[in-house]
Amino acid sequence: MQDYFYELADFAETLLKTPEVVLLGFSGEESSFVRFNRSAVRQGGAVEQRQLALHLIGDGRRVSTQITASGDAALDRERMGKALGDARERLAVVPQDPYLHYATEVRSTESVQPNRLPEDEGQVVDAIVKAGEGRDLVGIYMAGGIHRGFANSLGQRNWFSTYSHHLDWSFHLDGDRAVKSAYAGFVWNPAEFEERMIRAKGELQALRQPPRTLEPGRYRVYLAPQALEEVVGLLRWGGFGLSARRTRRTPLLRMVADGAGLDPTVRMVEDTRGGLSAGFDEAGFLKPDQVTLIDGGRLGDPLVSARAAKEYGVPANGASRRESPESLSMAGGTIPRQDVLATLGTGIFINNLWYLNYSDRDACRMTGMTRFAAFWVENGELRAPVNVMRFDETLYRMLGDNLVGLTREVELLPDAHSYGGRSTRSLRLPGAVVNDFALTL
Amino acid sequence: MSTPIERLEAWFREAAPAVSFCSLRYVSERSENVSVRRGVVEPIASGDDAGVMVTVADGRGLGYAGTCDLSRAGLQRALERARDWARRTQACAVTDFSAATLGEVRRGEYRTPVATPWDSMPLPDKIGLLREQSERLHADPRIVDWDASLWHTETETLYLTADGTRVQQVLSHLVPGLGCTANDGSETASRTFGGRGFCRQGGLEVLEQAGFSEAAPVLAREALELLAAPNCPTGAMDLLLAPDQLILQIHESIGHPLELDRILGDERNYAGTSFVTPDMFGRYRYGSDLLNVTHDPNDPGEFASYGFDDEGLAARREHIIKDGILMRGLGGHLSQQRTGLPGVANSRATSWNRPPIDRMANLNLESGDATFDGMVRSIERGVFMQTNCSWSIDDSRNKFQFGCERGTLIRDGELREVVKKPNYRGISATFWRNLTHVGRPETREVLGTPFCGKGEPNQVIRVGHAAPACVFAGVQVFGGEVVED
Repeated sequence: MQDYFYELADFAETLLKTPEVVLLGFSGEESSFVRFNRSAVRQGGAVEQRQLALHLIGDGRRVSTQITASGDAALDRERMGKALGDARERLAVVPQDPYLHYATEVRSTESVQPNRLPEDEGQVVDAIVKAGEGRDLVGIYMAGGIHRGFANSLGQRNWFSTYSHHLDWSFHLDGDRAVKSAYAGFVWNPAEFEERMIRAKGELQALRQPPRTLEPGRYRVYLAPQALEEVVGLLRWGGFGLSARRTRRTPLLRMVADGAGLDPTVRMVEDTRGGLSAGFDEAGFLKPDQVTLIDGGRLGDPLVSARAAKEYGVPANGASRRESPESLSMAGGTIPRQDVLATLGTGIFINNLWYLNYSDRDACRMTGMTRFAAFWVENGELRAPVNVMRFDETLYRMLGDNLVGLTREVELLPDAHSYGGRSTRSLRLPGAVVNDFALTL
Repeated sequence: MSTPIERLEAWFREAAPAVSFCSLRYVSERSENVSVRRGVVEPIASGDDAGVMVTVADGRGLGYAGTCDLSRAGLQRALERARDWARRTQACAVTDFSAATLGEVRRGEYRTPVATPWDSMPLPDKIGLLREQSERLHADPRIVDWDASLWHTETETLYLTADGTRVQQVLSHLVPGLGCTANDGSETASRTFGGRGFCRQGGLEVLEQAGFSEAAPVLAREALELLAAPNCPTGAMDLLLAPDQLILQIHESIGHPLELDRILGDERNYAGTSFVTPDMFGRYRYGSDLLNVTHDPNDPGEFASYGFDDEGLAARREHIIKDGILMRGLGGHLSQQRTGLPGVANSRATSWNRPPIDRMANLNLESGDATFDGMVRSIERGVFMQTNCSWSIDDSRNKFQFGCERGTLIRDGELREVVKKPNYRGISATFWRNLTHVGRPETREVLGTPFCGKGEPNQVIRVGHAAPACVFAGVQVFGGEVVED
């Protein structure tokens, strides 16, 4: 795939007219998707897809086109020739772009992971079905190669290939009571898979007690890393980018405008070095190993896309157009994982949150639901599952005034989303014990 | 042979394996996005995507393969992979897929009616139009971000089955966008064109239908007005919802819970389950007598119109809720087979790279007989909320909360002062029973969204919603965070 993309890039260069520049992005995957319901297969299949993003630049203007790469060299050269021709026609009628910005220093990189996935995926499917026997397993198994590439007519070449699997599943009792689990990695290890299944089945046992319905009010809660994933996941949309900061659309507006802060123990970095994503952007800039987003509870550096860098006159740091973190890592605290229940004392152990959105974006107040397994805890002991509840709470209370502490251990949470294609995003997060967490419905 | 469609059709007829069911779905989509942000023309972006998905039922199993390799060899490989997956899963399939496929042969075509084709306006004229709107949006220095955009797509699909079904469709979509954000210190307010919900099928005539050229000054004025507005009050009161909020309420608390695949449990690991159970159909009181909801993919201008769904089932208008009673679910042929419940033609996929699942298309709330002024007059204490900006609902689609861009207080039957950050929350199972007034056709708007997410693997799809303004009694309303000095 890498050679194929580079050959297409070489071919694109031959089609240019002086002083045109072309930037080429590549995104592709060969994925298996097997969907489960009631411990049986609902849909099983495979998808191979390849897309080329072609940016033609000339005389301070830029036009972008995305085309499908079929894999057939003759056909793809023909498509590229047509796409470049069309782009050239439009380039002549669009105005100059004052924010045009792309890498001109050639910095080629390569990150190619070996494919260590099982050849016989039927065995994996059989193992999942077997693990679900006698229970109600729902979820999806995704596996295969993911590829990203960049090339420009200045000679830069970047390539990233990874081969991974991600089983994202839940065991269900009746209604909405369930235990959510995941097993993601680069090698399918039957022993590790079995261990995770056993753990999930054990957690399912705790759900079998009659559920308790709580009254709206303020509760002490533990937000497991998977629950905090939803909170940080919401912040990803506009929370850390330069454009949102400068246009005052950021949900962290009070940190930007009023100097508001979070608890001094809160530290978040965009950790490209420790993440699972490609280390280059669509303009050819390489990402730094780390960008400090929040440090000591105070706002740090923003993520800066190439375009925003030109617009606001600051250096780019490899962020995508949306300036959203790909590999956010939050520092752990001091609570050992085994002490979480004791630290919580009496309150709610929340494994998962769901469907978060802002109820007051300026104040970073967000609403959402508890989902899957949440438990009432008394004196450090699980007492009963809790029926789903709605919360409405600000980040400044959750991770600020009302933060009791963060767990010492942080968990790597690869993103299970597959809109358009399989994601390579990930988060590293601790759990958080929080006082006076507002449940509203 | 000349066109990709002709080549694929011939190759498919030759190569389809001798199994109980085999289909091919070809999707080709051309798109163009023109936008102006903060007065600067963004890079013009176009797309040209094409691929096929083949599906094979063999024994009890069903397998699929999607590929962008449209050569004869590529199609052959995809058919083999789909058959492999069908065989690999036949011993553990959730249902007997060989018995669940649509038996009859169907043939048909559908094309979006287009009065003014997208390409009839040269690119510089589109840029000029957007620049003009952009300037009108930037009406005051306090407006710190503003944008105007046009997003056009044309999607051609071909659906074939080995036993002779042939359905070809061409759909044209236009999404005009306007938005502006005003700021004053730690206060930011945004107004958008219908919550970016003004999306329709058709050509450039959609711009006139949507009032695109008149909207910018109103949005700018209202964004500035919100900066100085008081917070929305808290309490139980009557709620008058504009169509550009009501469409989200319909979508989240009627559309999704009635999708049969959610009721079957397919979505429980991701999008969620449903508070609706199979025994409710035909007798459950979903809302007051005034609640009438239809699924109508045949409305030619609405955003998710089509002649056939992605498994070849012919679309027609159906009552989902009639006089408040739940009548049928939102599920395609397979889900109807699995549940034994009545459904609709809505088995749809986002593109060639995803398999079809149950997706609401045009889900509409039918008009009533109340005038807008009459609805306002009926309210002693309440809020008129416009334009969705926040949505959240539990995985059973019951406990919801919505936020809007703009609220206007209603006291003693009159619209009064504007309030900021209006929110409300409730429970689906009771909310619709408190529907007290449904607006006449002149209050109705045809809207939709290009971004409805669901499914594993994930799929984002277009949906259409049309609704009049409506009144709900005794809703829990509240505003933004109260800042302590």
